Amino acid sequence: MSLIMPAPDRNVLDRRDEIIAALKVIVPGEGVITETAALRPYESDGLTAYRQPPMVVVLPSTVEQVSAVLKWCFENNVKVVPRGSGTSLSGGALPLEDAVLLGLSKFNRVLDINYADRTAVVQPGVTNLAITTAVEGRGFYYAPDPSSQIACSIGGNVAENSGGVHCLKYGLTTNNVLGVEIVMMDGEVIRLGGRHLDPAGLDLLGIVVGSEGLLGVVTEVTVRILPKPETARAVLLGFPTVESGGQCVADIIAAGIIPAGMEMMDKPAIHAAEAFVKAGYPLEVEALLIVELDGPAAECDYLIEEVAAIARANGAVTLRVSQNDGERLAFWAGRKAAFPAVGRISPDYYCMDGTIPRRRLPDVLKRMAEMSVKHGLAVANVFHAGDGNLHPLILYDANQPGQLERAEAFGNDILRLCVEVGGVLTGEHGVGVEKRDLMPVMFTETDLAHQQRLKCAFDPALLLNPGKVFPQLHRCAELGRMHVHHGKTAFPDIPRF
Amino acid sequence: MATLSPTTSEALCAAIAEAASKHARLEIRGGGSKADIGSPWGGAREVDILDMRKFAGIVDYDPPELVLTVGAGTPLAEIETLIAAKGQMLAFEPWDHAPVFGRAPGAATIGGVIAAGVAGPQRLSMGGARDHLLGFEAVSGRGEKFVAGAKVVKNVTGYDLPKLVAGSWGRLVALTQVTLKVLPRPRQQATMIIENQTPQQAHAAMAQAMGSHGEIAAAAYLPAAVNNGRAATLFRVQGFAPSVDARCGFLPRLLKDHGDVLRLPDADAARVWTAIRAVAPLAGSAALWRVNVPPSGGCAVVAALEPLGARWFFDWAGGLVWLTFDGDAALVRAAAEKAGGHAMLVRGPEGLRARVPGQHPRSKGVDALEARVRRAFDPAGVFETTRFGDVHAN
Repeated sequence: MSLIMPAPDRNVLDRRDEIIAALKVIVPGEGVITETAALRPYESDGLTAYRQPPMVVVLPSTVEQVSAVLKWCFENNVKVVPRGSGTSLSGGALPLEDAVLLGLSKFNRVLDINYADRTAVVQPGVTNLAITTAVEGRGFYYAPDPSSQIACSIGGNVAENSGGVHCLKYGLTTNNVLGVEIVMMDGEVIRLGGRHLDPAGLDLLGIVVGSEGLLGVVTEVTVRILPKPETARAVLLGFPTVESGGQCVADIIAAGIIPAGMEMMDKPAIHAAEAFVKAGYPLEVEALLIVELDGPAAECDYLIEEVAAIARANGAVTLRVSQNDGERLAFWAGRKAAFPAVGRISPDYYCMDGTIPRRRLPDVLKRMAEMSVKHGLAVANVFHAGDGNLHPLILYDANQPGQLERAEAFGNDILRLCVEVGGVLTGEHGVGVEKRDLMPVMFTETDLAHQQRLKCAFDPALLLNPGKVFPQLHRCAELGRMHVHHGKTAFPDIPRF
Repeated sequence: MATLSPTTSEALCAAIAEAASKHARLEIRGGGSKADIGSPWGGAREVDILDMRKFAGIVDYDPPELVLTVGAGTPLAEIETLIAAKGQMLAFEPWDHAPVFGRAPGAATIGGVIAAGVAGPQRLSMGGARDHLLGFEAVSGRGEKFVAGAKVVKNVTGYDLPKLVAGSWGRLVALTQVTLKVLPRPRQQATMIIENQTPQQAHAAMAQAMGSHGEIAAAAYLPAAVNNGRAATLFRVQGFAPSVDARCGFLPRLLKDHGDVLRLPDADAARVWTAIRAVAPLAGSAALWRVNVPPSGGCAVVAALEPLGARWFFDWAGGLVWLTFDGDAALVRAAAEKAGGHAMLVRGPEGLRARVPGQHPRSKGVDALEARVRRAFDPAGVFETTRFGDVHAN
């Protein structure tokens, strides 16, 4: 692997036995894992190209234990990598050789549900889907729906600010979380937000969400729950060109319609999905679009006709409206199975996650096809079309020498292209280790320093999840220096009154 | 007191760096519509005004992308006119505070609205300023220009600094440019009303409606004392006509046990929501508080303070209590805390504002963390004008 992580601290590695002994005092019983074989399941997260067994795994079951573990590590200068369910696609939970891996899997209880205030208080190890399961009997659900929702934990969702196919209408995790309890690296327990909407002071909750485990360890989450939409209907559309599909998306939004989901697949993705699940997708089209509308039945019935009319005007050659829920789910079956479908036609695939301004889609797909030739690797595209979030899947074979490196180089070229056209490196998967070294493509050194100083405000010793998100570990003292440039006499021409 | 009006980011960097080197203080100001919120400047400290209105203008607006980039000094009214012409809106419903202080509206800037986290009744269903700020360009207290976030609607690259900057009251950075998410303006709006409910009955009706398929966009309750003797529980539904009609038919059936649910004439509805957004029912000079609580906590707050003379109304289905109260400020803060929330002093005489912090005091740990975060952006405390109770050593 071509990834360079911070060099392990020999001194810490030599103290492994002492560290294990200290952790066992804090978390008695089965909660400290040290055997080589037992550490293996923790050696990677959803980004399996990168692996590193942790020094030791600790699985606390109380906030007091989390606090004591962090405090001990802080006082003894030991790094900590937090982990939820380990489904991150960007390596956010990749262990370090000289770090304690802190797993939150034992925090698996739903603590409180308040239907009058439409909130649920849960522990971080509760899965995304389990929140919906806990409240669906009363007609509610938790809106963000990352595709890993069966397995991924809400604590991990908070760390990564996870999205999903419905986030165009319902927002990312950050728009659906009202409060958290976090433990800081020095062991201090802090509550941010609550069950109300606005913070009293700075919106620290807003930066903890999406901080990729670098600022604190989440030990409790308060989420907003919503009434389940009365109905949902979908329309399946096929277009002879990517341009016409893209124009259809733009026209739907220009008509004032914000669909619950709007997904596009390109021809390679359509073929892979159809071969896998036989969803009945048209094979001759260049772009397939699934538009889902949810809400009151009267609204869905009206809007589905509007969308169909817009699609016809844009030359759709396939147009099928779901007549019942079974049909709607059938439309989705191919899209939801797109990743494993690609996994079936290629030994390995590498999933990218850039966002672009939607209007640049045809150009980006054309240049991606050129890159595919250049790198000698095929690519299939699935696309959250409503919000411009691309998921190119690069097909490669890790057993063929050089292919992983070529896949990485291809992926990096795609992300550079996303930034070049006005987009970003990651729309929902996070930076982690995967896009860490590309951060300077999007941000200047000054931009990054302003982010990293925030890290220093939470974790000045840089012990929590180091080596993630930022390409260089600047010491906080170095970042803190104030450069008063230009002196006092510069710009004497500033207007003053 | 001087007023600095830089016209370029370079000049702004220089002005801030110079203030930092002289241990001077700068109060960042847009239209000045909220200048009377927070403590009046205390004594010896020299505070200059940093006028941001030269950073004005539309940078980029492509309606189908749902993204708008503007200079932070652009007047809010100009932006609203521009995007309304394209059938779009700022879904967090920002508003101009000037009338709250008895001034003429029109001066509020988008930068000021974002910096103060201003949102209206629709915050209940569509999110606040924080949820619609996608990216920004700013100069920090270090006199350095930087960017954060992005100009696309979906992005998780790096820390979500737009969330932190929204509602930071000019205490971290001087915003020069903001990129906002815009959304389609609803084709139709309708407001349903139940009259003469008690606060508890209104809360129960609002909670049931919010948990239903009625897809309520905004919900408020005006007690008789601030609504010409007739209490009004108000529900706004909006969207495409067939959907609005269906929901207007559904709500009376859903809420039949709560009373008669009638449709308010459109002109009355527009007037009442505009009034609620700008706190018009509590116009005047009495001390005005903005109390943020879980919706179920609103009734307890008013039960504690109404017998002592408070006048009030609910927005956000009970989660926002606007109240005027000239009694002991500590009672408001205590009631808000007990209900699981906090209270901000928005309007009050100088003497009161000098004595009572504008923002609700935080726990010791959060307070210390906030101070470290402020130092990260503004090590010399250039933007710490004591307006929000900061005590700075320099």
